[in-house]
Amino acid sequence: MPFIEWRLKPQTGDNTLDTMESIKQTFFQECEDLLQDLESGLILMNDGEGDDETINSVFRAVHSIKGGAGAFELTDLVKFAHIFENTLDEIRSDRLEATKEVLTVLLQSSDLLMDLVEAAREGGSCNEERSQKLMDTLAGFIGAPAETPTETAMPDFEPQSMDDMGFQPLVMDFGFDGDGDDQQAAGFSIHFTPTAKMYAHGNETARLLATLASLGDMKTTCEHADLPDFDDLEPEGSYLSWDIELTTENEEEDVRENFEFVEDDCELIITPLGGISLPELPVLEDLEIEPTPVAIEPETLEVKAPEPEVKKTETKKNTETKTAKPNTGAPATIRINLERVDRLINLVGELVINQAMLTECVVDAGLSQDPSVSSGLDEFKQLTRDIQESVMAIRAQPVQPLFQRMSRIVRKAASATEKSVKLVLEGEFTEVDKTIVEKLADPLTHMIRNAVDHGIESPEKRVENGKPEEGIVTLSAAHRSGKIIIEVSDDGAGVNRERVKQIAIDKNLIQEDANLSDSDIDNLLFMPGFSTVETISTLSGRGVGMDVVKRAIQSIGGRVVISSTPGKGSTFTISLPLTLAILDGMLVTTAGQTLVVPLTSIVETLIPSPEDIHPMGSNSVINIRGTFVPLVDVGHELGFTQEPTDTNNCVVLSIMTDDGVQSAVLVDTIQDQRQVVIKSLETNYGHVPCIAAATILGDGRIALILDVDHLIEQAGQRTPSPELPQIAAE
Amino acid sequence: MTEEAQHFGSTDGNEFISFCIGEQEYCIDIMAIREIRGWTPATILPNSPDYVQGVINLRGSVLPIVDLAKRLQIKETEPSERHVIIITQIGTQIVGLLVDSVSDILTVQDDIIQPTPDVASEVANAFIGGVIALDERMISVLALENILPNFVESEAA
Repeated sequence: MPFIEWRLKPQTGDNTLDTMESIKQTFFQECEDLLQDLESGLILMNDGEGDDETINSVFRAVHSIKGGAGAFELTDLVKFAHIFENTLDEIRSDRLEATKEVLTVLLQSSDLLMDLVEAAREGGSCNEERSQKLMDTLAGFIGAPAETPTETAMPDFEPQSMDDMGFQPLVMDFGFDGDGDDQQAAGFSIHFTPTAKMYAHGNETARLLATLASLGDMKTTCEHADLPDFDDLEPEGSYLSWDIELTTENEEEDVRENFEFVEDDCELIITPLGGISLPELPVLEDLEIEPTPVAIEPETLEVKAPEPEVKKTETKKNTETKTAKPNTGAPATIRINLERVDRLINLVGELVINQAMLTECVVDAGLSQDPSVSSGLDEFKQLTRDIQESVMAIRAQPVQPLFQRMSRIVRKAASATEKSVKLVLEGEFTEVDKTIVEKLADPLTHMIRNAVDHGIESPEKRVENGKPEEGIVTLSAAHRSGKIIIEVSDDGAGVNRERVKQIAIDKNLIQEDANLSDSDIDNLLFMPGFSTVETISTLSGRGVGMDVVKRAIQSIGGRVVISSTPGKGSTFTISLPLTLAILDGMLVTTAGQTLVVPLTSIVETLIPSPEDIHPMGSNSVINIRGTFVPLVDVGHELGFTQEPTDTNNCVVLSIMTDDGVQSAVLVDTIQDQRQVVIKSLETNYGHVPCIAAATILGDGRIALILDVDHLIEQAGQRTPSPELPQIAAE
Repeated sequence: MTEEAQHFGSTDGNEFISFCIGEQEYCIDIMAIREIRGWTPATILPNSPDYVQGVINLRGSVLPIVDLAKRLQIKETEPSERHVIIITQIGTQIVGLLVDSVSDILTVQDDIIQPTPDVASEVANAFIGGVIALDERMISVLALENILPNFVESEAA
């Protein structure tokens, strides 16, 4: 029983507090999106590529954050967002010019806003002084003291304490709708002029009007004065417009929602019946970005029943975020709880195992010769793979948000080191598994900081060397042969090999007389305990070096290499698996144990003749087409057997390690090549040296997935290294 | 809360499952036990302490099997189909404990659990949380926290 109980627990326990909390979480999730919009907009403007819509979207992002924050009484956040918003409004209405200086402050403000949101989420507080300083600067731009507008704005957010209602999240609705412009009129006069583009996008006026008619009584007049003669008529043109009088109880935004998908492709003027017609187009934009702070009207609250409102809040918010995005051409998306996706992925994992199991059963039953059975099985296999790939695609997300965060790191790092650095992003729409994206954040931050701190030279030095003053750090992502390649490169001085070597010698990492190739020296950077900058800088020297980066990347099954050209800069290349859940592997047997070797590290497999294998000290080497390559006996190295593998009857897998070193491993036989589902050993146990993870075979037994690089490394250092966890010593 | 539930958490004391390792009797709080199953062959984990038998597949999750006899330095178990695996929850981890046989369910008041006698044995200090005297028998209450190897912060630099 306890087992069942345990499984059920996470799904129960749904009370109001949770609902409230979950709505707040949704707000923070949306904040993330909005902050991204904000930052990308500001960066566009900074690059001089922004247009009116960019500033509008930037403004909307800040406005929406302020509105939502107000609903949750996050006063610090509201206070700052308010003045930020006002400044943006000044720029939007051309009263303030978006100079480089202003944009720098705006970017800093966006950073601070991010910190404030983070602080609100974590329940902490942010650096007050910094916030006050920025608020003063912003206030300086718009020529108003920082305090006055905030103070007047604040009361708007705390009227008629929502607690009395017993249902706080309701406020959210108003917070997000922002316009506060509740239409009490009993209808609207709508002027609708579609453009040819709207028809080209497959929308039809007739349908739009039909759905509109469902909102209430409708009187429609078609304006056809613009209709040309038949000879001049463009068959795909748009010549008609409509005047609609709609009598409805619904509010203006419901009417607008009807035109949601065509709003960019038409002229739409909606005026309350008997109201004053709004002169400018498109009206929607204007309403949304109305700068007046969110006003909550108590009487509206009273007439609405709180309960059904929950759903409405959700849907409205979603439409709001959708329209708030500058890129309205994006396909429709839904938010899914990650747990559900993970469950689906686990199930697919089980399916893959089951499929393997079934295949084995069929073979065992002697049915595999039957063509209908075998073709059915093949189809099943194909389908399983397709499903698995589709499920993985759900988790895939563009690296753009992660990359964008890096531009912030670059700004901070550049100002801390007084360098001028520009971050260039490439391939930011490359999609990567969500888990990988998350785990990439720390190592990437570190590498970017390093690139700015150690890679890029000081402006004076750059000019001296005939380079532009502004250094460039490039961050790129791409799919390449079933892997994701992420590169961080700088156009700095490159690795100072002399110094790196000297430091390594000083720190006893290598022998003084070690004969190292250039790439060997570059790779010294990844050694534990190595840090090139002698004085610990505020930025990257925190006692952790590139070895931490390397380990973090290895922990998600990736590898990182460095290449460097003196005077030209360095490039760090990270290659990552597409997914963390399933891996293509080769099933091998050694000393009676079944192991999985990741296919990505295998270069070739060969059956050696015993005379190709030569002992060398306590290790052996193998002659592969004239080259001697270190050979590791897997069964022996892992301690499965004391006996060395019989070289008359074995298979050699030629391996290319992380560091680009060729090596080979010896096993008894190769069983199969197949997809395996990765199961973590850490969940219920802990890290096992030389073993990357486990998987479940068709017969239900567990096979271990080999960490080939680690195995080869360990075999290389015969004497047990102090780096290895001392499990047995306990 | 229903009456039944009240009864379940009543003052009747805690329930323990007792089992044998060789001649010795041990017990574990029933709330830490997820299920009890027969022995299945485990996949050997290289580079692991000798008391870790290996890992098994329990409905899709990979869990380690600890030979409790070996862990408590009593003897080495030659696992056979007559042995039993007690699946326990230790913190966030699920671990299987290999024992000779499961004997009883005990209901014990907290106050009859005596502190571990000071026998200056590392095993006793690390793994035994107290002893229960019951009908001339001595049953040691297993402290589960230290059963798994103490992983040094993974691959510490």
